[in-house]
Amino acid sequence: MSAAVQPLPGRPTGAPATGRQWLRRLRFYLPAIVVFVGVIALWEVAVGALGLKVFVLPKPSAIIAALQANWTSDRFGLLPSFRATMLEALVGLAAGTLAAVIVALAASRWVLARNVLLPIAIAAGAIPIIAFAPLANTWFGLTNWFSKAFMAAVVVFFPVMANVTRGLVQVDASAIELMRSYAASEWTILRKVRIPNALPYFFTALKIATTLSLIGAIIAEYFGGQSLVLGRIMVQSASALRFDITWAAILLGAIAGIVLYLGTVLLERLVIPWHASVRPPDG
Amino acid sequence: MTAPVVRLTGVDKTFSRGDQLVTTALADISLDIAAGEFVSLIGPSGCGKSTLLRVIGDLIEPSRGEVIVNGKPARRARLDRDYGMVFQAPVLMDWRTVEDNVKLPLEVLGWDPARRSARTREMLDLVDLGEFRGHRPYQLSGGMQQRVAIARALAFEPALLLMDEPFGALDEMTRERMNSEVLRIWERTGTTIVFVTHSIPEAVFLSTRVAVMSPRPGRITKVIGVDLPRPRNELSRESPRYFELVTEVREALRAGGGLGLDDEIVVASAERTMAEGGIG
Repeated sequence: MSAAVQPLPGRPTGAPATGRQWLRRLRFYLPAIVVFVGVIALWEVAVGALGLKVFVLPKPSAIIAALQANWTSDRFGLLPSFRATMLEALVGLAAGTLAAVIVALAASRWVLARNVLLPIAIAAGAIPIIAFAPLANTWFGLTNWFSKAFMAAVVVFFPVMANVTRGLVQVDASAIELMRSYAASEWTILRKVRIPNALPYFFTALKIATTLSLIGAIIAEYFGGQSLVLGRIMVQSASALRFDITWAAILLGAIAGIVLYLGTVLLERLVIPWHASVRPPDG
Repeated sequence: MTAPVVRLTGVDKTFSRGDQLVTTALADISLDIAAGEFVSLIGPSGCGKSTLLRVIGDLIEPSRGEVIVNGKPARRARLDRDYGMVFQAPVLMDWRTVEDNVKLPLEVLGWDPARRSARTREMLDLVDLGEFRGHRPYQLSGGMQQRVAIARALAFEPALLLMDEPFGALDEMTRERMNSEVLRIWERTGTTIVFVTHSIPEAVFLSTRVAVMSPRPGRITKVIGVDLPRPRNELSRESPRYFELVTEVREALRAGGGLGLDDEIVVASAERTMAEGGIG
């Protein structure tokens, strides 16, 4: 019967890549790298050639210079701002995700909870929740970083809860019958079937949530608070016509988003190497 | 004769929405299945044969009648893990290796790890998949996945194995190979098997008895004893007695009104097999 065996993946998950695979990977990413570098170079040249003013679009080199000059400056200290915003986003991400998972577990376990919570959650998810940012500032105090983390948590909550609930509930009916044939308890079914089934949904939501948490934190910062945070730097530098610094702050926000996203992807590969979105292709 | 492993007495199953009766899936089913038997339930799509299997397994409650499994009510038998179940889909957990999939029921039953491992190795050897224990389900072919499901169902040595069209999704050649495989396992373990199928050749090849069901509401219209000699092998599929029994089952299905379009196709394929066998 071994004739029926399908070819196995060329590389067991987690094994170190060989030199040839690095080369293949490099070749895969090369076009993207070339385009990226090309766009930056074109930007640099075009700004000079067209004589664009700095408030329209600064050169990339000017942005990097602003980044260096204001790395730890008193007024526009970018490093402490980056740290502060990252902290707000991360705390908000963790709190929002935790709350969402708890509610999702309740919603999947009790039909009544599901019937009560899901319509409310869906309705709440349709609200442009970020509009509540000024209110959060008054609730928790304008200079309290917790008001920003709170907004990050709120925007994170809905996509995570909706996805995880779906993952917990949309389980193959036969898998549930199988567990019932073993006289397994609801708790056992939750641990051995529902939660593993929900993990891919969780990571999909988490990837969206990382970006949302930064958006939530930065927008909340726009409405005031302590000055060394990315959102305040963006607002203050723009009103001081220091657009090179505004762009430097945006760059740091982008880097923060990418770092959080890549962290999630890494975590996903470690936790669910078996899932179709992660595992190496057959053959 | 010893006490039957399965005893169905006057079982009805109706599905209703609110107060309104929607369908009668099963009507007045009575059947005894003795220890060590291999009984197939055959009938047209929607005749309630899968429902009947789930009634035996206490996954669906009957509306009326009595279901005794292993000498106790079906509920008690399920709680005592007296049966294993194999579905049409293998229902393997993607996040578990082949080995860990077979271990799943043993974990639920609370076996200690050493005993779990030993038993799992034994079961994978039984279905000839010992060398694939570390693989993921997606790395196996459909037939191999179904063998993992059989190993899992038998891992805790249930007295009864319930199989719901287990090979329905496989191609004809793999299906015939799996039929021989399941017979080999049945002969080695002595497990009583109730096997749902809509393939006449499959039912005849495997069974000690074939219970023929009518379209909804499902009734058992005829029970046909299969007296083909054992051990059965590929040659059994070419013996004249085999063709007689295939014809008998087909006629019973037709008499019960159970030959819809789908089943005509199955019959056509059986007849083709007969013609080929006749030449050989």
